[in-house]
Parts: sequence; structure tokens; C-alpha cells
Amino acid sequence: MIYAGIDIGSITAKAALIKDNQLLGTHVIATGYDPINAGIKVFDALLKKCKLSKNQISAIISTGYGRASVSFADKTLTEIICHGTGAHFINPEIRGIIDVGGQDSKAIFLNKSGQVENFAMNDKCAAGTGRFLEVMAKALEVDLEQLGDFSLKADKPLKISSICTVFAESEVISMIAGQEKRENIIAGIHESAAARVAILANKIKIKEPVMMTGGVAKNKGMVKALEKRLGFNLIVGGLAQENGAIGAAVLASRL
Amino acid sequence: MSDMLSEKRKIKSAKKMRDIMTTYYLDAMTAGQHNKQVAWITSGGPVEPLVTMDIIPIYPENHGAMIGASKMGEDLCIKAEDMGYSSDLCSYARADISCSIVKGGPIGGLPKPDMLICCNNICGTVLKWYEVQARYYKVPLFILDTPVCHTRYSPEIARYVRTQIDEYIAFLETMTKRKFDYDKMAQVGRLAYEAQQLWQKVLNTTAHKPSPMSAFDAFFFLALIVTLRGTQIAVDFYKELLEEMEQRIQTGISMVPDEKYRLLWDNLPVWYRLKWLSQKFSDHNACLVADTYTSAWCGAIKYTDENNFLDSMAEAYTMIYLNIGVDQMADQVLDMIKFYDADGFVMHSNRSCKPYSFGQMDIMRIVREKTNIPVLMIEADMVDPRSFSQSQIETRIDAFMEIIKQRSS
Repeated sequence: MIYAGIDIGSITAKAALIKDNQLLGTHVIATGYDPINAGIKVFDALLKKCKLSKNQISAIISTGYGRASVSFADKTLTEIICHGTGAHFINPEIRGIIDVGGQDSKAIFLNKSGQVENFAMNDKCAAGTGRFLEVMAKALEVDLEQLGDFSLKADKPLKISSICTVFAESEVISMIAGQEKRENIIAGIHESAAARVAILANKIKIKEPVMMTGGVAKNKGMVKALEKRLGFNLIVGGLAQENGAIGAAVLASRL
Repeated sequence: MSDMLSEKRKIKSAKKMRDIMTTYYLDAMTAGQHNKQVAWITSGGPVEPLVTMDIIPIYPENHGAMIGASKMGEDLCIKAEDMGYSSDLCSYARADISCSIVKGGPIGGLPKPDMLICCNNICGTVLKWYEVQARYYKVPLFILDTPVCHTRYSPEIARYVRTQIDEYIAFLETMTKRKFDYDKMAQVGRLAYEAQQLWQKVLNTTAHKPSPMSAFDAFFFLALIVTLRGTQIAVDFYKELLEEMEQRIQTGISMVPDEKYRLLWDNLPVWYRLKWLSQKFSDHNACLVADTYTSAWCGAIKYTDENNFLDSMAEAYTMIYLNIGVDQMADQVLDMIKFYDADGFVMHSNRSCKPYSFGQMDIMRIVREKTNIPVLMIEADMVDPRSFSQSQIETRIDAFMEIIKQRSS
């Protein structure tokens, strides 16, 4: 029996397939303007990649902000439960998750059997989310993917004092005008975002080992800033971004 | 079939209450024609002396709730901001202040007050809010100051508040040019006490499984205990409502179809999203069986002596939910979780209501430590919809319900 999970985030759409509790494959595309189409596209692309057809899939669970737009899913679940299940599937030792996505950042506390005990999410504010980093990358004319590498070369991270994304952006622009080094500005941005995310982790008294998931986990600078702030190392797997979709597929197998 | 079922679920007393409220506002609007005076009073203020003196009490906060529920809050809040008030100011205050100027809202503004009665047992914002209105309407303002009782109602506080009750009565005598009728006061006090007891009994019916009504209904039926406390009308109405609830229990009518999960709500309602939230929880087979808000109008009944209302009301009005320490608030929440057998606790962090929202993190921690039930905090505002982010709140509620379901399976 093969099961699918589809995670429609605010920036990217992810799909995962599992068979006999083994991961068959994953796929990621940009969500774009049309989340309905993104769900169909990412699922079709993954099926093609794994040389499978739709009728071979026993059950599908959709998750993420666009979860309701996946009309062919058997059930929708939130990304909190899916990230919890995904992390537990990949590493059953995991007790905490920090998921930083495009629109939301969250800290999740798992019990020993991988069930979500508690969670905390950012408030109605983009600070500490992927969108915050995206806005800053644009202001600095750096590709989002390169932010991490840039910040690792910083010699003196600058301090961004504004919490609000809009005010932080104008702070960054004045730093650019002041001819500060781009690397140092970016490192400052990461530290500012990490400080926001760490509050969520502290709120639920997160326990190690902690896995970082979500697209922002691919940003090495952000991971480093978070580890510095939290005072312990984070586990970042190769499938951090796809973790929610993997969890959804695992949960589909339990339907 | 489903239409028939949903018709059966409707609470019949709702129509009667709407009629009573309409009459109440019509009377207030035409008070001048009947040589009656109108006093604006804060929601937690002692209304019984007003009723005794035949003064019509009007509640700007109840009006604020009406503005919110009729989704007129945003425009009125913006208008207040245009006038120079901060967007951080309570949305009831903003809506009320601007409504006085534009005569907007669902009933075209409130009747002009002859006096203002401000009791700060519910918040500090009301002091400045009522001062603004006293200047605008050029009418006298009486302030009843009830110190926060962090640990207890001390003899010093008792003396201080009790003295003000006498000053309050003297103020009313000056305003009406009439002597205060202490016998009538005792009678009004007994009616207020009886109505509060009945309201508590109505709220208690939701301990039954499945619950005959939800907190969303309590938010609605609350209006009378706030506005007509101390009158026979309120007593008669709550008797009827109680009978209807008991009838529903006997015939097994629940508010939420197939109720599986029972939740407790904290803080004011999100007035402009009542329907959406009610549907959201109902879709998860969850019923908000009780809340800390509607019970605030009967929570201090234990301090009231029905045979000596005037003397005991100083304590009863000082010891209300929002005027006590966080530890005592948490104790009340824990009692409610137990009494209503709640599976989860939903806290509304209300941008407008600072005294209600302050301390919520501590209450959340205490509840988690002592009960182990999941606690959710959602951020919104009671009247200003600009503080409500639907997709974020939806995800939080869905995730919260997934945790509750996972635990019970």
C-alpha cells in the first residue's frame, strides 16, 4: 500500500510518498498564485518521478496553509501534527521541533510516542518567519538560498533592533546606506529572526533532541543563529522542507 | 431533516430576549419624554442604586458588543483613530467615543446621558474613557474606585469602598433632587441577587453532557443580567430560560450536534466572529461549554448578602474576576475545568482588554501544570476585526483539536 502526503505552504508545495513505512520519494515546487494547481502539479510530478499512477495511492492527507485546496485529499490535518509525525518517522528520538516556514514559525513538543503534547506559534507578525528573510534578501539583492552562506562570512554581526518586518527593512536599508558589510547585515538579520523563534521554543520548554524543519532549515546562517540563541545543537536532516509532507503521508497510512 | 434538527436546537427564549432588549433601548431613547434620567454605567458598576432611583442605566460596553456583533466596529474604530485616539486603545472605548460623534452603530448611537457612573473594577481605561464622555456631554461623572485585591479584601479596602457607596448615593440624590429610598434598595438588591442566582443556574446546566447550550449562547443571554439586573424582568426571564435548559436536558437536545469534546473559553468573545468560531468548533464536535466572562456577573454572588445588599455590595463589586489576583483567577479557572469536565482551555488574548489578557500566560502555565489539559491561546480583538487573522487562527484551532482528539483516542 502506498500513501501520499501533500503540504501546501505559503511559499512552496511539497509532496511525499511512503510504502511499507519506507519513504519512496519527495518533490518540492513553488506554490505560486494558484494553490489548487500547485497541489495537483506537485503530486503529479512526484508520481511521475516514482513511476506510479494515481490509482496506486491508497490514501492522501493534505496539510499546510493550502490544505483545504487539495480537493483530492482524503483528509486535511494541520502542519503541527504532520511535522510532529514526520520528525518522529525520520528519527524516533526527537522530542522537539522548530519549524520555520514561509508564513509561520512554530515550536512543537513531542512525547515519547511522537504525539504532539504542546506547541507555540508566532503571533500575527512576520518577524521570525521565512517571509521576513525573503523581504530582507530582496532589500539586500541576495538570492534567498545564498543568505546562509553570506552570513557565515560575517565578522561582526550587526544588531537589528526592530521586531516589525517593515521597520526592520528600513533599518536594513539605512545600514546599506551606511555602507555596512552585507555579510554582517545578514548575520544580524538571522540573529533577529532567531531571537523571535527561540521565544517560541522557550515558551513550551522544548527538550532535546530538537529537529529543525521547514524551508528555512536549509539556511545554515539561520540554523547557526538559532543554535547560538538556544544554547544547543539542532538536528537538520536533508528532508527538512519535506518533513510536513512526509508526516502527512505517514498519517495517511494510519487512516 | 437536518433543517428540522437545527430548528429544534434553537433556543426559544432568544426571541423573548430580543424583544426585552428592544423595549429597554426604546425606553432609554425616549427617557426625556417620560421625565426619566439616563445614566451611563460601566459593565461591572453597581447598578442597583440607579434602579432604585428609577434612573435608566445604559451600558456603553453592551453597546460596544452590539457594534462588534453587527460588524460595525472597524469603521467606528477608524473614526476614533482619525480623531486622534491610539489604535492601542480599547475598541469598546474607541467605538463608543466615535459613535457619540457620528451617531452610528446598529441603533444610531446611545441616548444622551444625564450622568456617568464609572467603576474601575473591570479596567482602568474606563476612567479616561468616561472623563472624555463627561466633557463631551457636559454631564457630571461619579467615579467608584475599587482597588485590585491581589490577595484579599482587606479591612482598609472594605472601609474605602463602603464609604464611596454612601458618596454614590449622595451623588444620585443631588442629581435627582430626591431622597434615596432604602426600602426600595433592599427590594432591588433582592431581585439582583435572585437574577444572579438564576443566571448561575443557567450557566450550570452546561455541566450536563451533552450541553444544552454553548458559551456562544451565554454571550447572547448575558445582556439581561448586565443591563436589567435588579428588575423583575430579569428574574422572570432567567426563570424561563432555566426551565428551557432543563427541558432540553430532559429531552436530550444539545447545542452542538454529536458533542464529543468540551472546552472552556477565557476572555471576551470575538463579537464579529461568533458564528465563524461557533461553526469551527462545532465542526470538530467541540462545544464551548463555559467561559470565564459570562460567569463574571454572578461569580461574586458568594460575597452578597441578599438581606443586607447595600453593605455587602462593596465587597461583591470589588471581588469580581477582573479585580482579583492572578492566582485566584487561576483557581476559578481550575474549578470551572473540573465542574464542566473540560477537555481543553481556549484563551482569547484580547488586544483591547488589557486587564483580562494580562496574566493569561501565568494562568495558562498553572492550568497546564495542574490539569494537563491542552491550552490554546488565540490572538484577536473583541470589536476591531483588523486584529483577527483567519487562516492563522484556523490552523491553531485545528491543531489544538487534533491534539485533543489524539489524546482521547
